[in-house]
Amino acid sequence: MELVPILRQGDVLIISIMTALSDKDILHLQNRVLDKTCKSGVTGVVVDVSALDVIDSFSSKTIIDMAHAVRLLGAQTVVVGIQPEVALAMVLLGLTISDVPTALDLDLGIALLKEGRPHAAE
Amino acid sequence: MQRSDAGRSIEIRAESDLILARQSCRELAGDLGFSRPDQALIATATSELTRNILRYAIRGVIHARCPMHHGRLGIEIIAKDDGPGIVDVEAAMEDGFSTGKSLGLGLPGTKRIMDEFAINTAPGQGVEVRATKWRE
Repeated sequence: MELVPILRQGDVLIISIMTALSDKDILHLQNRVLDKTCKSGVTGVVVDVSALDVIDSFSSKTIIDMAHAVRLLGAQTVVVGIQPEVALAMVLLGLTISDVPTALDLDLGIALLKEGRPHAAE
Repeated sequence: MQRSDAGRSIEIRAESDLILARQSCRELAGDLGFSRPDQALIATATSELTRNILRYAIRGVIHARCPMHHGRLGIEIIAKDDGPGIVDVEAAMEDGFSTGKSLGLGLPGTKRIMDEFAINTAPGQGVEVRATKWRE
């Protein structure tokens, strides 16, 4: 069984990361998401990171790379659920993921995709 | 994992030790009364330092200690390895510099999120990083 379930809801893939992932696990997830995006033809991918209490430089880079690759496949990624203290730690570390759209929670993330114009904060 | 009043030591040998190390240091920070935002900073710093060990030295150790200074309690994360060391420390402390495939934020980022930061390394001599955060 996979560590992170990838669910499909309409035109959107929902990836809920419920546990801390090793570098290997997160790279594996990256590959699965790209594969599934390609095969399912969805237009949006929501990555829910609300259960993560650390998002360090490696996991940020992997998520950003994944979002860029998803865009090349014709879909948009929204990262949702970054915890407030995690957000602060990311910014102080120097991570902004500024070109990947974010939303407070899953519902808002899906709404952002439905509007069809998820913009990243500049 | 060893545990004592003085802190704890976590041997870093495999990827799974990274999650263990950061959870252990966060837990210690929580026990010491650090705020949740500070716990997140300490866990993130531990994550970056542990990854550097795994990436460049393969194995090493993370020590977490609880120093006291002028009545103020702190947490000190010491990352130590016997790997190849760092040739150009000044470059390694710059944002975006990496000899690997990372974002190059590990060392400068850790310095930013902790209160005190010291690095001791030479080519062939391994790396020792000491990063301390003082409780508010």
